[in-house]
Amino acid sequence: MSVAAALRRHGGLVALVLLLAVNVAFTPNFLQLQTLFVNISQVATIAIVALGMTLVIATGGIDLSVGAVMALAGALAPLIFGSAFGLENPTLGLALAIVLPLLAALACGLFNGLMVSVFRVQPIIATLILFISGRGIAQVLTNGNLQTFSNPAFAYLGTGRVLGLPFQGWLAVALAILLWWVVSRTLFGRYVLAVGGNERAAELAGVPARSVKIGVYVVCAVLSGLAGLVVVAINSASDAARNGNLMELDAIAAAVVGGALLQGGRAPIFGALLGAVIIQLVKYTLLANGVEDEVALIAKAAIIVGAVYLQQARTE
Amino acid sequence: MTAPLLSMRGIDKAFAGVVALDGAALALTPGEVHALIGQNGAGKSTLIKILTGVYTRDAGEIRFDGAPSAIASPREAQDGGISTIYQELNLVPLRSVTENITLGYEPRTRFGTIHWKRAHERAREILATFGIDVDVRSPLGEHPTAVQQLVAIARAVSLNAKLVIMDEPTSSLDDQEASVLFGVVRRLRERGVSVLYVSHFLDELFRIADRVSVMRDGRRVACRRIDETSKTELIADMLGRDVAEIEADGMTELGGGAREAGETLLEARGIATDRRLRAVDLGVRRGEIVGLGGLLGSGRTETARALFGIDALTCGEVLWRGIPDAPATPAAAIAAGIGFLTEDRKAEGIVPHMSVRENLSLALLPRLQRFGRVDRSRERELVEALIGSLGIRTANMDQPIRELSGGNQQKVLLARWLVTEPDLLILDEPTRGVDVGAKFEIQAIIRDFVKQGCAVVLISSEFEELVEGADRIVVLQDGRSVGELENPGITEDALVAAIAHSHHAGGASGPGATP
Repeated sequence: MSVAAALRRHGGLVALVLLLAVNVAFTPNFLQLQTLFVNISQVATIAIVALGMTLVIATGGIDLSVGAVMALAGALAPLIFGSAFGLENPTLGLALAIVLPLLAALACGLFNGLMVSVFRVQPIIATLILFISGRGIAQVLTNGNLQTFSNPAFAYLGTGRVLGLPFQGWLAVALAILLWWVVSRTLFGRYVLAVGGNERAAELAGVPARSVKIGVYVVCAVLSGLAGLVVVAINSASDAARNGNLMELDAIAAAVVGGALLQGGRAPIFGALLGAVIIQLVKYTLLANGVEDEVALIAKAAIIVGAVYLQQARTE
Repeated sequence: MTAPLLSMRGIDKAFAGVVALDGAALALTPGEVHALIGQNGAGKSTLIKILTGVYTRDAGEIRFDGAPSAIASPREAQDGGISTIYQELNLVPLRSVTENITLGYEPRTRFGTIHWKRAHERAREILATFGIDVDVRSPLGEHPTAVQQLVAIARAVSLNAKLVIMDEPTSSLDDQEASVLFGVVRRLRERGVSVLYVSHFLDELFRIADRVSVMRDGRRVACRRIDETSKTELIADMLGRDVAEIEADGMTELGGGAREAGETLLEARGIATDRRLRAVDLGVRRGEIVGLGGLLGSGRTETARALFGIDALTCGEVLWRGIPDAPATPAAAIAAGIGFLTEDRKAEGIVPHMSVRENLSLALLPRLQRFGRVDRSRERELVEALIGSLGIRTANMDQPIRELSGGNQQKVLLARWLVTEPDLLILDEPTRGVDVGAKFEIQAIIRDFVKQGCAVVLISSEFEELVEGADRIVVLQDGRSVGELENPGITEDALVAAIAHSHHAGGASGPGATP
């Protein structure tokens, strides 16, 4: 067991430690509580989407529509609690403003899942449909305008604190624990890994492969919808053009950095969480040190290359 | 004796603490056909993969062509003159025959692009030496498995190898194709090329091999000249038993004809599917093994697929316990009490990333769950029990199944079905690619299963297994059931005659016949 092998197995953790060390050394004010809050509130949305993406990737699929679904769910919420009905019944309005966007996201997931499993469209093409049209629908709903609002109850999703830390951070951790339990302890989780590992074998063993695939796209879409709501709550504004923009890349990168195999068969849930933290920290490091956003994109790509390299070595 | 082309000595290899090779040795002289035999898990595949650079050895010495060998990848092995044809074909089905033969070694034009005309010509020439004439531009996947196999061999031979390794080359060939292959092997020998020939079909070795090395438990336990040994002696070497003991036992463990058949479980009447299944009648009663006899492509696997609900019926009906309710999906078939062991272990059987435990319990999961949660302690109990009762050799139940030998993988898949306590098991080539020892064990498991009042539909390309194992054999030809033989009393000759006769009859009623 060499250093290289150890690095391969725990590459994510090593990268995290390195990033933290670099930040402590170079980034001004890194060791401040404020920095922690900013990072947690931003990493949470990446993490929530990456969890769903990990399940989709575990079946050998991919979901490009996550960012568009975020925009759609995010656009719906203010329309609902800001409507005449929502203003008259604040509590019910708030509940509907969370449930209905998530149902819309679920419908998107159902569409993706049906395209992939029943109509046997390649996942990358199937989810490209909503990738393009989902954001379009969101922009039509909001007439392409930025919608600002003031609704403290809804904003709690993005600005609330639990035990002094941002609410959405707890939400992401809770969802990760829940999904880890699903993957490792439930029938559905076992089926996801079986379908991703060898679909024909799984079908012959009685696994309902179609339903399982629809299931993972639905879970991924609902989680994306939730992330979309969180983004809107953070900003107290919904911007259909920017909400979740390029999120599919962050989520896929987080899942891959976390150890998901693109050909399917593995679902490292906590790996996705770790991957999301790494992606976020890289973004923050570059931003805080005055590096342009465009350059940050290149750095992110470099991380993905590194993760894929490690993954290739690991599969041997 | 001439200087050896290849000599391997003291090779050790362990996977995650499990010893696969323990001081293994092998030596080949130039122009020799050298057979390598042994039970599954004896270390044959590992030894070959070390030789071809797929695995690195933990210890030992390899000399090839007079120099110490430092082959670190399959590509280096090929360039060094060692070509390998693996048991499971490593080809690209969607690409053309030419591309598969020349892959990685394509003739180039001046501009560095592929010289297609020369590539096609070369592919045709190479295939012609095997007596195969196919459209080399057509996708490989459109051809029968046998042709694909010969393409794999053609590819290996075309690389001007000094040593060609063949891992179970005839397992998917019919007799005539196998004869073609043997011809090629002899031609290679005449050219001074050595062949390392891994096979479970002992009869073959006596037709083509010069010497045989026998492996057991990661070691070479014997190396014999083929003209100085016997089939029984080789089996004894492989199993580590006495020759006399083997001769007393007989050759298979199935022992057909001793049944007490009970109620009828399944009855198929004139079933047909889109997959060249035209009209098959079949009845299966409790306590019996019904064999499906016939040549490759006669509809044996297709019948199994129809009964298990994989292919939809286009005609006919299936009565399950007397009720006309054919399972429409594998899940429905499993729920009704049917299991189906596929012939293609790698593509349709194992889930390689999953553990032995997860593979074994896969079909049982719906009954192991409550409110969606898998009862893991009960799962471990059941898996533990089956690993014990079937003698599955695994480090522990959480070892990835891909690390097990072929025979042990097969036992896990058999256990996947046994644990669901089915009434009917459909076994498609249950002992293919499995060594003699595991074969006996699997046959004994099948017989035990039937003794408990369950039933088996057995598909096997080995007539010996069918004749000795099945209580009845339904003879298939061209997607139709054309006859039935009953044990005791079936002989291999009788089965061959039944198949040949029905072929003859089929020919007479064909379109070319005069009334």
